[in-house]
Amino acid sequence: MGDIAIKVENLSKAYQLGDFGTGTLSRDIERKWALLRGKEDPFLKIGEANDRATAGTSDIVWSLKDINFEINKGDAVGVIGRNGAGKSTLLKVLSRVTVPTAGSVKIMGRVASLLEVGTGFHPELTGRENIFLNGAILGMRKHEIKKHFDAIVDFAGVERYIDTPVKRYSSGMYVRLAFAVAAHLESEILIVDEVLAVGDAEFQKKCLGKMGEVSKGEGRTVLFVSHNMAAISNLCSKSILLKHGQLQTMDYTHTVIDKYIRTGENNDGQVNLEDLIVKQKSTKAGFYALRLLSRSKGITADFAINEDVIIEIEYDVYEDGTTIQPSIHLLDNLDTCIFATFSAPSASSTVDPFYKKPLQKGRYRSTCVIPGNYLNDKNYKINAFLVPENMADMAVAESVLAFTVIETGDMRKEFTGDWWGVVRPKLSWNTEAIIA
Amino acid sequence: MELNTPHQEWDLEIKPHDTVFNLHLKDVWNYRDLLWLLVRRDFVSFYKQTVLGPLWFFIQPIFTTIVFTFIFGNLAGISTDNIPKPLFYMAGTIAWNYFADCLTKTSTVFKDNANIFGKVYFPRLIMPLSIVFSNLVKFGVQFALFLIVFVYYLIQYHYFPENLEPGEKVEPNLLLLLFPVLIIFMAILGLGLGLIITALTTKYRDLAFVVTFGMQLLMYATPVIYPYAEALKKSYHLVVTLNPMTGLIETFRYGFTGGGQFYLWPFIYSIVASLVLFMIGLIIFNKVEKDFVDTV
Repeated sequence: MGDIAIKVENLSKAYQLGDFGTGTLSRDIERKWALLRGKEDPFLKIGEANDRATAGTSDIVWSLKDINFEINKGDAVGVIGRNGAGKSTLLKVLSRVTVPTAGSVKIMGRVASLLEVGTGFHPELTGRENIFLNGAILGMRKHEIKKHFDAIVDFAGVERYIDTPVKRYSSGMYVRLAFAVAAHLESEILIVDEVLAVGDAEFQKKCLGKMGEVSKGEGRTVLFVSHNMAAISNLCSKSILLKHGQLQTMDYTHTVIDKYIRTGENNDGQVNLEDLIVKQKSTKAGFYALRLLSRSKGITADFAINEDVIIEIEYDVYEDGTTIQPSIHLLDNLDTCIFATFSAPSASSTVDPFYKKPLQKGRYRSTCVIPGNYLNDKNYKINAFLVPENMADMAVAESVLAFTVIETGDMRKEFTGDWWGVVRPKLSWNTEAIIA
Repeated sequence: MELNTPHQEWDLEIKPHDTVFNLHLKDVWNYRDLLWLLVRRDFVSFYKQTVLGPLWFFIQPIFTTIVFTFIFGNLAGISTDNIPKPLFYMAGTIAWNYFADCLTKTSTVFKDNANIFGKVYFPRLIMPLSIVFSNLVKFGVQFALFLIVFVYYLIQYHYFPENLEPGEKVEPNLLLLLFPVLIIFMAILGLGLGLIITALTTKYRDLAFVVTFGMQLLMYATPVIYPYAEALKKSYHLVVTLNPMTGLIETFRYGFTGGGQFYLWPFIYSIVASLVLFMIGLIIFNKVEKDFVDTV
């Protein structure tokens, strides 16, 4: 039962990589010529998945490939996937910002999409003027905006400043007003991209509440993209999992989130000798392989936030009697070193029996564990070092491994906003009354 | 998956290819409120935090007219078809400015609105249309100024002819009634060319540079500072004749002042050329708007 609100059939979207400026004219002519003769576009190669890690052979990337799904009227559906999985492209196609390369989308009802808060706000105009302008940009008629005007102003809490140009607004007020307009759209289908990452925690709660009201109370269809698993699981009964532009699953949200965390998005997590790019070689020892492991699924590059990240370094020692000190730097996306660690007894929580021990020629494996509930839900990189007694002779492999820590919602029961910081340790908290 | 719903009617179908001639005009109509709000936005944001406000609309044509009268009228001594010089130049200037503004502003519409186009759907044609209407507001204000000058010279001509230079006349005629048509076609021509250029600039950026100085050159190929009759005497008059603005500006000036003569064929040519360029512009724009977000 239930009428279908959105029906997506064989939807694909290709993007061209690289420079558009040079050579496009000659390429355009070549393409037109091929199409004229009834041949396929020579620059479109079907069958190449959108995998950023491995360089493709053509510079066309399929951001979405053969997507099929149906959404029933009144459902709230979450879209889950890693960066570059095609989530935003899917929303862009559904909200008609761009056209698909192949396939079709059929929609029943009016669509309002919210890919950004405050699109088209003009700083010189007053709050009142911007409500009308923004509402109209989002597809509302003037009389509809008039009808909801008081509710919008009330929701945003900006009564006093409604006739002030929005350039004088605080950023919080600006965002509140912008979301308020969007929240009061009269559309049967609402498409929302990660817009809740803005504003303060209280307002985020209000937004989520409003969106819940929209989908549950008013029976409107909602499509919601977020990295915030807690928000998705609160709001959406069903979810879609995208990976490299392909639809992995569409199921109940908790099943999908589970799958998202369990199946590593790419099985990287491991670099072997042949792929290893060593920045500096040593005469005493050399890397053999580097690996990232999780206790639940072995080699992976995706870790749930509460999981231990196990880093293995395998290396060959070239001479008898060498001492080798393996060491690791953890970096964030901006190459800032978050910490450096090595196995010295005073710097390690466990005792490494091979510390400072002269080694026989052969292969060794050192393991380091970053505990769960310590990192934030971000991307991290690792630099690895093999340091012999003469430190200048060390082997260096920079950014050899990258991994992603994924939100499970475990630490998100109270706060759903953007979590600041490069790490997110669980610390001990206590409050006592001093004067009461 | 249930597939037993073939009878379901869809409100919207998103497909990769649409026929070239589906211009989504119904959609444009549905968004008409947005059109007015954008025009209002342009107007309000233009004069906010300025001292003189909308008065700025007057200042530009007044000074252009003064400078043109001095340089081209008095120094160079170019004929003005027996039309009082300020009236002649002001008519040319405001009409040319309207056309030129429509063209230059629409020619950057994709570039200027890349951000908003990338975030929300509305019929893209709304943006260039709002530019044309915003400019129409500006033109209206300037036209009022022109009317004042026009009435002034009309009174001079009828009651104080001794104040005018010998031979100068102001004789409005029936072609004055074409005025609204002329304005619409100037808009259509400017819009059409602007749409073609903006569609092409999404791929070939160079065109944007051509527009800025191209418009200056084009003005000299249009009877703004000289009458068409003067150009006809020269060997290169074909350039001026082929310019679709020529017929429009000449007719506009002739209707109000009766100076020179009415050129029927250039006028018809202007109308046809405007319509053709407008249709081409619409079709190209419509084709490019669909996925320009991916390339910009």
